[in-house]
Order: sequence, then structure tokens, then C-alpha cells
Amino acid sequence: MFDNVWLIPLFPLIGFLINGFFGKKIKNEAVIGGIGTLMIFLSFLVSCGILMQMVGTAPEQRVFEKVLFPWIHSGSFKADMAFLVDPLSVVMIMVVTGVGSLIHLYSIGYMHGEEGFYRFFAYLNLFCMSMLLLVLGNNMLVMFIGWEGVGLCSYLLIGYYFHKKSAGDAAKKAFVMNRVGDFGFLIGLFTLYWWLGSNHNIWTINFTEIKAASHLLPFGGVVTVASLCFFLGATGKSAQIPLFTWLPDAMEGPTPVSALIHAATMVTAGVYMIGRMSFVFIKSPETMMVIAVVGAATAIFAATIGTAQNDIKRVLAYSTVSQLGFMFLAMGVGAFSAGIFHLMTHAFFKACLFLGSGSVIHAMHHALHKIHSHDDAQDMRNMGGLRSAMPITFLTFLVSTIAIAGIPGFSGFFSKDEILWQAFANPYHGDLNIVLWGVGAIAACFTAFYMFRLVFMTFFGECRINPKAKGYLHESPLVITIPLMVLGFLAVVGGYLGMPKLMGMLPNYFEHWLDPVFEQANHFGAKYAHAGAHHSHALEWGLMGLSVVIAVVGIGIAFTMYIRNTELPGKFTATFPALHRAVFNKWYIDELYDFIIVNPCKAFGQFLWKGFDVVVVDGVVNGVAGVVMGFSGVFRFMQSGYIYNYAVSMAFGVVVILGYYIFK
Amino acid sequence: MEKYLIVSAILFAIGTIGVLTRKNAIVMFMCIELMLNAVNLTFVAFSRYLGNLDGQVFVFFVMTVAAAEAAVGLALMIAFYNNRESIDMDDVNLMKW
Repeated sequence: MFDNVWLIPLFPLIGFLINGFFGKKIKNEAVIGGIGTLMIFLSFLVSCGILMQMVGTAPEQRVFEKVLFPWIHSGSFKADMAFLVDPLSVVMIMVVTGVGSLIHLYSIGYMHGEEGFYRFFAYLNLFCMSMLLLVLGNNMLVMFIGWEGVGLCSYLLIGYYFHKKSAGDAAKKAFVMNRVGDFGFLIGLFTLYWWLGSNHNIWTINFTEIKAASHLLPFGGVVTVASLCFFLGATGKSAQIPLFTWLPDAMEGPTPVSALIHAATMVTAGVYMIGRMSFVFIKSPETMMVIAVVGAATAIFAATIGTAQNDIKRVLAYSTVSQLGFMFLAMGVGAFSAGIFHLMTHAFFKACLFLGSGSVIHAMHHALHKIHSHDDAQDMRNMGGLRSAMPITFLTFLVSTIAIAGIPGFSGFFSKDEILWQAFANPYHGDLNIVLWGVGAIAACFTAFYMFRLVFMTFFGECRINPKAKGYLHESPLVITIPLMVLGFLAVVGGYLGMPKLMGMLPNYFEHWLDPVFEQANHFGAKYAHAGAHHSHALEWGLMGLSVVIAVVGIGIAFTMYIRNTELPGKFTATFPALHRAVFNKWYIDELYDFIIVNPCKAFGQFLWKGFDVVVVDGVVNGVAGVVMGFSGVFRFMQSGYIYNYAVSMAFGVVVILGYYIFK
Repeated sequence: MEKYLIVSAILFAIGTIGVLTRKNAIVMFMCIELMLNAVNLTFVAFSRYLGNLDGQVFVFFVMTVAAAEAAVGLALMIAFYNNRESIDMDDVNLMKW
């Protein structure tokens, strides 16, 4: 089965080619959607086969490299089209193809009747192919193809409604910001390649070879530079400070896209990349510190913004940014498997939340459309009390919300609590640990608050939708609700794969599963970790209890503000208008970037245009032309049109030439 | 030998001056023929003087070309006359700046 790994990206590619080239002619939505969904589902089946086989092999032999064909061989540089099957990539392909299949299925219902239906499925398949290449690539270059490919598909799908200016702008913003990150990725790649090559004559970009040679890498120094560059790439793709502002705008795309690309898979590429190269990152304490701090900062920063947004998808977008921050926090404190574990559980519950919000928007849009209302179908202030109209959506949404809020028994609790505990207990950053833990815990409180605020505003309370439209609200069709139910189920049980050792009921399958991948990183990490960091079980239980309390407090505040005493939010904003305005306007980060980066760039561009291009470049070009014109303006009068003038000059020329030869 | 060359030079000079000074296209043609024949005379003279037939062969070529040129030239003149009712070379002045 391992040998057939190349089929996994191939199927979506076929789907892309069919839908991309013939979709316009096929027209039949069932066929187009069927092909798209079938292709990714086939990949899912192959992935399942690989998972089965891997479960059956001994942990030491769970690394398999499949070289499909030699790609670039030039001097000492060697890059093959090669795939790497190991526990980490298997987790990723299972998430991508599994969640991907469900979202494809969902899209058949959600995108029904949209113009460019075939285009949507073609892009979606192309995205899956790129993402699978990214996670399966055995060297940095194959990974980079996928890395760029997902960026491209993200651009195409954010700009799916390209006739809307806001969608086009959001697409461009996402693409440009990702390019900044990609630049970092490339520089990191070159640095690592160059350093290993010139110092140890190991010219390689192959992950397994770099891993084997990672004992040669020094602590800090050049590794810090390279890993910081890689981390810049990760911040771009995974929407971390400073490159996070594109993700909330990416909500301009259709909701299934937000679920698949901007919540479950693509944005986790940065986390995956750090996991894949953990053996490099672990060598630089400085980079690890930066990652942890940026992760924690992003987690709390995005969470605060999430508390004041009214657009249902925007809340989820900021929630995604915040949760990605948690993953980076885990990576930064060396808890790689906890980060990947949160990546997986997050993929389940966040995909479910996004699809649920899509279901709500779908119903709202439909109802508002019926009465020709122009109310915003995504604004939570227009919703309320939807739980009776859409019971399945409500239930799955509620389950996922509980999961993300971190209530024990649901998946999010296990993964988030693992991260918080590791941030506290891992002795990487000395006293900073407490700060990291504290920030993470407060962010978790905010998470519980804004997620339940969302649920209360949308599904509880009185219905604020236009009364005429109320009768048209109804539950979405089965093709939409089935993925919701599956994902809701996974959001509950997904966490039991990685139960903390402490609870002792089940072994932490997930961590054991990833051990072979992160073994080296854990080993290196132990070397420079501060010694003597032993924490008692009582402390772990205590912190766990504390994080539950924190989550409950967040939910309680949301309950008081949005169910019990609905005047409170209004009073709050009236008391602190400046604070509310700042949070509502996302701390003015976009404006800040406009001021610091965009406007100077524009001014520089204006200067280059008006100053350099118009004056210098055009001046040179037009000047040359002008000189020629001036001369020809004089000399053209030689062309008199009278034949004897020409004849005279010819005769005169002959005389001169002859004279020259005769009297020489 | 010199006499032939002198005659030929005089003929050529007359032809050249005619081409340069006259306005009538027909006369200019005739002058050109004069120049060509002056050259022919030189060819023949040298051929005789050097005992080599190459020059005489060349004369045939020149005559052929002259005939062709006269035919084309006269056709041009007729076409021009049909348009302008003139064969004055001062009227042939469209090809200028």
C-alpha cells in the first residue's frame, strides 16, 4: 500500500483536469460535484489503506520513501519527485482527505445553482492536490510546490466571486501576504542547503537526509537565521502575527472554502512545516522562543478581536487565527505532538463550525431572498433563535463549540489542555513559561466567551430576523447536514486518541504515534532544557481543573451578557466606547499596516511612476526619438522629388569617387 | 585608339549633360541611350585594341538592357501622360518629403 502513495495526490489532479477542462461542457451539477467528491474520496480510501498498513508495521519501520521519478539533477543538487510516508504525513493526509471529502460533499449542496459551479470544484480539487503534495513531499522543493499551489488555490477561491471588489481585494491581499512568507521559506531553504553543503559537503534538501545530518547543525547562529526564515514562511501561511490580517478577509470566499482552506487544512501548513523540520527548529532556542511568544500573542490578540465582531464568519476567522496561535505556542515550547494533535482536533471542530455557519448563512440567505430583503445574511444581529428551525445544524454547532471552548470530554479540551500544560511544564524558556501559560489560559477564556457569544446570538434568544422571512427558515438538505454530523461526531471523539497520560483511562495513542517523527527533536530538546523541572501530578490536575474553570467562566460571562441580561453588552460599549471601537476595528491593525507599509509602498510606487518612469525612462526613450526626428526634419528636404536633383548628386558622387582614385 | 575614346567621352558627356538639364522625359531617354552607346563604343574599341572578344559580348548585353529599359521607360511615360497630360519631369515630384 505504501508504494501506492503517489495515487493520493493523483486522484484530485485528475478531478481538477476533468472539471477544469470539461466542467463547462458537462454542466450537470451532480456529475461535476460527484467527480470532485469521488476523486478526493478515493484519495481518502488510499490514505486509509496506508494508515492500516502503518498501524501494522513496527514503529521503527514507519518511514517509507517513494521516488516517483527523478526531477532535477544538476551537479551536486538533487531533487526528486518523491513522497515521504511517516506517521506525521499520515496524520496530515488523513485529515486533508477525510475533512476534504466531507467538505466536497457539503459543497454540492451549498454551491447548488452558483454560477461557475464547475470552476469551484476544479479549484477545490486542485487545492487538495497541492495540499497533499505539501504534506507528502520528501524534499523541500516538492513541499514548496504544494506550498505555492495552496496559496494559488486560496487566491482563486477567495476571489471566487470575482465580480465583487471586496472579494478581489481580499484575494490579492491573501496572495501578497503569502508571498512575503514564501520569500522567507525560500531564504530559509537556501540558507540551510548552503550551510550544510559548504561546511559538510552534504548538498541536500531531502528531509530524511537533513534529519540524519542534523547533529552537524550548530546551536543558534546560522540555524537561527534559517529557522526564523522558515518561521516567517509559517506566519504567512498560518496567519500569525505579523502576517495574519489576510485570513479574516479571506472570508469573502464561499463558506466551504473557509472551512477547508482557511480553517482545517491550508492554514495549518505552517504548523506542519515546523513539525516536519522540528530537528532544525529545536537547534535554535531563540527561534523556539520567538515561535512560542508569537503563538501566544496571536492567540490572545485574535481572541480579543473575535469578541466584538458581528459577522458570523469573521468571528470564526479570528477564532482560527487564535487557535493557530495555540498550535504555534505548542511548537514553540517543544510540544510538537501536542501541536499536531491540536491541529487535528481543530480541523474537526473548526470545519464543523464553519460548515455549520455556512448552513446558517445558506438558510438565512434563502429566507431573506424570498422576501427580497437586503439584510446581511451573515450578521449575527439579524439572527437569533435559530435552534428550533435548524436543529441538526444547531446540535453539531453546539457540540463543536463545546469542543473548542475546552469542556472536558470533548476533543478540544484534550488538545488545548495538553498545550497549556506543556507550555507550563516544558522547561525550555525558563520563567517565561508562566507567562506563556497565563496568556494561553486567558486566550482560552476569551475563546469560550466569543464562541458561546456566537452560539447565543445565533441560535438562542428571540429571533431578530425580519418577521416575514421567519417562515422561510428551514433546515439544510442532507448533503449539507451529513458532513456536519460526521464532523460533529469527530469533534467529540477525536480527542480520545490523545488523552493525557494523567487520566490513565486510555494510553496517549497520538503521542506514541508521532514519537518516531519527533524522537530526535525531543532528544535534542532534552539537552538544553533547564534541568530539574519536575512537576507533580497534583499540579497537573490542578492546572487542568483551572483551565476547565476558565472555560466555564468564559461561557458564564457569555451567558450573562447575551441570554440573561441582554442590555449588558450595550452598557459595556457605552462605558468603554474607545475600547469597544478599537476591538471592533481589529485594533486598527489594517490601518497601521496601511500607514507603515502600504502607503509608503504606494508613495514609492507613485514616485517611481511619476518621478522615475515618466521623467527618466520616458525621457530617454522620447529623447532618442526626438533627436532622430530633429535630424530627419532637416535632412528630409534632400528628398526633393525632382529626378534631376538625384541625378546631379549621383553624377557628382561619381566624379568625387573617380577623382579620389585618380588623384590619390 | 585615343580617337575612339575621345569620341566616346564626348558622347558620354553630352548624354550626361542632357540628362541633367533637359525636362522632357523623351529627350532624357534619348540622352541615356547616348550615354549607353558611348560606353558601347568604348567596349568595342578596347575589344579591338586588346584582341579580346569579351568586350563585344558585353555590348550585346548592354543593348539588350537598353532595349528593355526603353520599353519599360516608355510604358511609364505613357502611364504618366495618361494621368498628368504631361511628360515634363518637373511634374514627376510626388516622391518627396
